[in-house]
Amino acid sequence: MEESRIGVFICHCGRNIAGTVDIKKVVEEVKKLPGVVYVKDYIYMCSDPGQKLITEAIKREKLNGVVVAACTPSLHYETFARAVEAGGLNRFRYEMATIREHSSWVHFHDKEGATEKAIRIIAGAVAKVSQNKPLEPIRGKVTKKVLVIGGGIAGMTAALDLANAGIPVILVEKSPTIGGKMAMLAETFPTLDCAQCILTPKMAEVARHPNIKLYTLSEVIDIEGFVGNYRVRILKHPRMVDPDKCTVCSFCERVCPVKVPNEFDRGLSMRKAIYIPFPQAVPSAYAIDTEHCTKCGLCVKVCPVKAINLDEKEEIIEEEVGAIIVATGYDLYPGERLKEYGYGKYKNVIDSLQFERLLSTSGPTGGQIVRLSDGKPVKDIVFIQCAGSRDENHLPYCSKICCMYTAKHALLFKEQVPDGNVYIFYIDIRAAGKGYEEFIKRVQEEFHVNYIRGRVSKIYEDEDGKLVVIGTDTLTGEELTIKADLVVLALGMIPTLDRDLAAKLKVPQDEYGFAQEVHPKLRPVEVATTGVFVAGAVQGPKDISETVTQASAAASKALQMLLYGEITREPVIAEVDRDRCNGCRICVSICPYDAISMVDGKAKVNELVCEGCGACEAACPVDAIKLRNYTDQQLHTVIKAVLSR
Amino acid sequence: MSNELYRKIVEISGRNPYLCYQCGTCTAVCPVSVFMDVKPHQIIRYIQLKRIDLEKLKSIWTCLACMACVDRCPRHVDPGIIFEAVRNLVLRRGEDAVDYFKLKDLDKVPTMALIALSRKMTG
Ligand SMILES: Cc1cc2nc3c(=O)[nH]c(=O)nc-3n(C[C@H](O)[C@H](O)[C@H](O)COP(=O)(O)OP(=O)(O)OC[C@H]3O[C@@H](n4cnc5c(N)ncnc54)[C@H](O)[C@@H]3O)c2cc1C
Ligand code: SF4
Ligand code: SF4
Repeated sequence: MEESRIGVFICHCGRNIAGTVDIKKVVEEVKKLPGVVYVKDYIYMCSDPGQKLITEAIKREKLNGVVVAACTPSLHYETFARAVEAGGLNRFRYEMATIREHSSWVHFHDKEGATEKAIRIIAGAVAKVSQNKPLEPIRGKVTKKVLVIGGGIAGMTAALDLANAGIPVILVEKSPTIGGKMAMLAETFPTLDCAQCILTPKMAEVARHPNIKLYTLSEVIDIEGFVGNYRVRILKHPRMVDPDKCTVCSFCERVCPVKVPNEFDRGLSMRKAIYIPFPQAVPSAYAIDTEHCTKCGLCVKVCPVKAINLDEKEEIIEEEVGAIIVATGYDLYPGERLKEYGYGKYKNVIDSLQFERLLSTSGPTGGQIVRLSDGKPVKDIVFIQCAGSRDENHLPYCSKICCMYTAKHALLFKEQVPDGNVYIFYIDIRAAGKGYEEFIKRVQEEFHVNYIRGRVSKIYEDEDGKLVVIGTDTLTGEELTIKADLVVLALGMIPTLDRDLAAKLKVPQDEYGFAQEVHPKLRPVEVATTGVFVAGAVQGPKDISETVTQASAAASKALQMLLYGEITREPVIAEVDRDRCNGCRICVSICPYDAISMVDGKAKVNELVCEGCGACEAACPVDAIKLRNYTDQQLHTVIKAVLSR
Repeated sequence: MSNELYRKIVEISGRNPYLCYQCGTCTAVCPVSVFMDVKPHQIIRYIQLKRIDLEKLKSIWTCLACMACVDRCPRHVDPGIIFEAVRNLVLRRGEDAVDYFKLKDLDKVPTMALIALSRKMTG
């Protein structure tokens, strides 16, 4: 091996390091370390002139190893790696020594100790880098196709963005139509555009886009492979109606004898076993609810275009994709769990999505707000915010959108019933979006809505069929009793990402079941598995504009990967010494990324899947797996170097 | 002084008054809050502010210790438990909150009520 010529670059980080660590002393001591031929300190090593010091010294001093003693690799690894490369040196012949977070910041009260510790940290890095092998990134091919799971506004937006960039998209939706929850909404805050008017054109665009292959009534059941190269299996449930033939004449619906609650109206109306969720559904075709269909065959007889086939079987489709976007959306928290409000017990206690259906001109009442018990007009209405949210007994988190949609509900109610009385129970009003505070103000100013800061204790029905709502106004400290015709619960949002699917996609979930992003600020649409992205309410409570923003972000992240044409991965991964491996399979079972398989009786690491966590190296009983540049021998030298002063 | 009281209340109750976000659920569900001049959520507020004037907070004696508020408090502040702690502080000084000699029609009071009364109001 050639002789070590290591350069050490010590950053003052203004006073962050130099204020505690005696830089002069560090420079002196580091000069004495074996292999070190050049030491330089500078006030801000990450600045342009600082980086230049590194680049130039590598060339001038013919350095074959570099240590930058500064902040942390998570902050500036990349910055200095580029400077090292600019100097013509392989980036794996460079290491950082964290003397800020690990020394000056935590030992600011002990200057001498901090200085000593900084020297030891640098000694360790010097020992390590002198044994580092130069490595090249690993490259692999990428299938230029994306799978999008969930056809709500998030999935549709991501699919359209990708398709418009020329990328083929497979869009999988489990219900008979795309559109998601947004299709159920009447008008949308803060601008009050009608949801259907802005959504249905997009749905139609998805339907006719040559780059989008849409599978409705379908689920992803299996995912194999790795970033850039996923093989997915899709289970397509029988629709029993050929969407290409169906003309939506509705003859079938009229003859079908089976009636079930209509989920699109959240049970406020009935539908038949052969149904179309709403007239603008995409695909524009009826579907048979196989669970409730009795196969009486009446519909088959009346269908003028012979579109119905009651013997259609489910189908399994295989697709190959390079990236996956998860956009499975949300559901409302089950209202029955809030016993005190009588949801599910009293007909006139409804949830917020049911109220959207009442407001919708295409809804069960044609947009008329009525008492569900007797169809009489509603004069007094109570809204309860934070129904389930911000409550340790239910959902500890804030669902974020309820303040806004409740204000919208109040406004739309007052527009229809100008002499009606609105009472909104709230804890805080959270309206922190563009135009949101103005919207709340308008509701208060123009519509004189009674915002009551307090909670409801219980609701019961009196003899006249009015709901008696008992609560507290915390601002007056007084008890309140309101007689209401309708009570609307602003139920919290819960994610619809079942554990099974999350496990197959290796998408981590947070404690509430939302998809867990890699970094809430800097990498909000990526998850720990490379090549899988998240968008919409499945990642956290969101309104439409945030959902759309995130969906476009996810699409652009996927695009980035696909357009580059190949994936490059960090080469600091595990490597098997096939002569040593005894085929015990312990590593296979321990690898959290399923990166190891047995080939000809010996372990083999898939270079594109391995994340370099090192679990296998620690577990291998015969020392056959090594993590590149983190071999036992290297680590022992590092430990010795740190301890040897 | 109030700091010391605060420390003791937290120690006895094991609850954290700082978690209270003044939603008022406790007051809403309390069956006797209408008889209190300072309401449950307000008592918690005074405790949070460490302005603990036992004379002012005397509605802790109106509290039935039914624990309805404990059942529903969304932040697990559990006012009923905290009020129990405040009552304990007073009772431990040997100051009973009820004078047995002044009780009328003892024989007409349900036994349960009598037991509850002595448990809650006497040291
Ligand atoms: C009462 C109410 C009123 C609202 N009003 C407004 C408003 O005025 N303005 C506003 O900006 N926002 C509003 N919102 C919020 C809005 O509904 C959401 O922001 C938006 O719908 C989120 O879109 P999404 O695509 O992430 O999820 P969703 O709309 O839930 O779509 C998810 C889709 O994925 C499908 N899916 C689920 N699981 C699977 C699976 N395993 N496989 C395949 N497909 C699957 C679902 O069937 C669905 O089609 C309101 C919400 C509520 C509850
Ligand atoms: S219910 Fe709990 S959080 Fe709400 S005001 Fe009472 S003590 Fe505070
Ligand atoms: S425990 Fe006391 S304060 Fe709480 S609800 Fe019961 S009576 Fe009211």
